[in-house]
Amino acid sequence: MISNMIKLENVNKYFGDLHVLKDVNLTVKEGEKLVIIGPSGSGKSTTVRCMNYLEEPTSGHVYIDGRELTHRNKTALIRETTSMVFQQFNLYPHMTVMKNLTLAPMKLHHKSKKEAEELACHYLDVVGLRDKAEAYPTTLSGGQQQRIAIARALCAETKIVLFDEPTSALDPETIQEVLDVMIKLAKENITMVVVTHEMGFARQVADRIVFMADGQIIEEGTPDHFFENPSNERVKQFLGKIIR
Amino acid sequence: MSGILSPQAWEKVWTFRGTFLLGLGNTIQVALLGLLLAFILGIIFGLMATGENKVLKVISRVYVELIQNTPLLLQLCFLYYAFAFSSHSLGILVSGMISLGVYHGAYIAEVVRAGIEAVPKGQFEAARSQGFSYVQRMFYIILPQSIKIILPPLVNQVVNMIKNTSCLYLIGGSDLISLTYSFVTGENTGGAYAPAYILSGVLFFCICFPLSTLASVWENSLKKRERRVVVQKKTALEGRV
Ligand SMILES: Nc1ncnc2c1ncn2[C@@H]1O[C@H](COP(=O)(O)OP(=O)(O)OP(=O)(O)O)[C@@H](O)[C@H]1O
Ligand SMILES: [Mg+2]
Repeated sequence: MISNMIKLENVNKYFGDLHVLKDVNLTVKEGEKLVIIGPSGSGKSTTVRCMNYLEEPTSGHVYIDGRELTHRNKTALIRETTSMVFQQFNLYPHMTVMKNLTLAPMKLHHKSKKEAEELACHYLDVVGLRDKAEAYPTTLSGGQQQRIAIARALCAETKIVLFDEPTSALDPETIQEVLDVMIKLAKENITMVVVTHEMGFARQVADRIVFMADGQIIEEGTPDHFFENPSNERVKQFLGKIIR
Repeated sequence: MSGILSPQAWEKVWTFRGTFLLGLGNTIQVALLGLLLAFILGIIFGLMATGENKVLKVISRVYVELIQNTPLLLQLCFLYYAFAFSSHSLGILVSGMISLGVYHGAYIAEVVRAGIEAVPKGQFEAARSQGFSYVQRMFYIILPQSIKIILPPLVNQVVNMIKNTSCLYLIGGSDLISLTYSFVTGENTGGAYAPAYILSGVLFFCICFPLSTLASVWENSLKKRERRVVVQKKTALEGRV
């Protein structure tokens, strides 16, 4: 039986008086590729960030790999189970690419320097940037930085990788190199949750797509369902605007 | 006799040079001990100010505002006389060290806070998303990036602390300024004002000037490096188009 990897149960999130997530329920199965789409400000980032407690839900429950995520256990549980790729890459600028990739494996996952470096080289190969191991992040292009950030996430070898608009900060001509890496990853048994506006990618990779508006999931289904005959009027409008 | 050109006055100062060196020694001693305390307080309260705990944040704020908005002299006298009259006298040196440490600790806390806050939010988030604990985040990722921002103003605080040892005069200290003053007003030694204050000034300058130069050189090289990174990024961008 395929188990639930991520489960959000009646999750509400307020920023002050602003009700950003309204009773969100969502499950992601092991190995599933879930894509979240929706208009700006609808709560996509907040949803994903609740999955690794970068935002703590105001109420509701988050379960990761069968265990409830809490304020107390978040650091340990996240360390074991999830990694994240950010819109702005967030590589550590004072470290070389190699150090960026080996820091967590060595300090958090108890790998020796040699093991960590072998791991790093492996994932640098996966993202096609083996020759950049000794470079500093700021000397790389945006697309390269994001591929390094993906490699860094993979070095933790967690079952879950979260992506929050990984291509939105990139020049158009480098978007595809990042998407290609993600398409490659999607062939593995990693559980991926991806917030994106790249509909081609969503269609190609997603097992399931959820559409958010005003802090709620208003439609959910397979890519075919979504792109062929979405039932919700807002989804139709949104897709009409974004695809052409 | 007191004239800057009077050989006798200079001779007198030379004869009593030990007094000045003693004062310098005391000044450095108080400054070093005060500095140690200031660093510890500054780092602790600076971290408290940037942490997640609201209570600690408020405590840190109160400390900084209280100290920065009252005169050092008042704090020093309060500490010294409050204890002196409760028959648990701390002694001049200890009082000086504590009040200088507490005073500059508040400024260093602000320096540390500013340094940490200058690191982009994404760095904290990346570190958290990888599962680093608070201490690990600070130690491996945040402080190495903020140290460059923190160091120049920190050195300036050291310079200020050395100069502020002169406040010890008010509680009868034996720092450089106090000893210089008792020298020029002393019964046997008095009179050689100009040479005494010049020597005292030179001694302060010899210690403080290299430090503040170091701070500004540091700051400039930091700015240059930042500019270089921006240029690098720009050329990298243009290169691709
Ligand atoms: N830290 C915060 N403090 C206050 N309000 C916030 C914060 N983070 C997000 N919000 C607000 O919450 C709402 C949802 O934000 P969120 O970032 O989740 O939206 P999103 O769907 O990811 O949008 P986008 O496509 O623009 O990234 C927005 O109105 C946003 O302004
Ligand atoms: Mg977002």
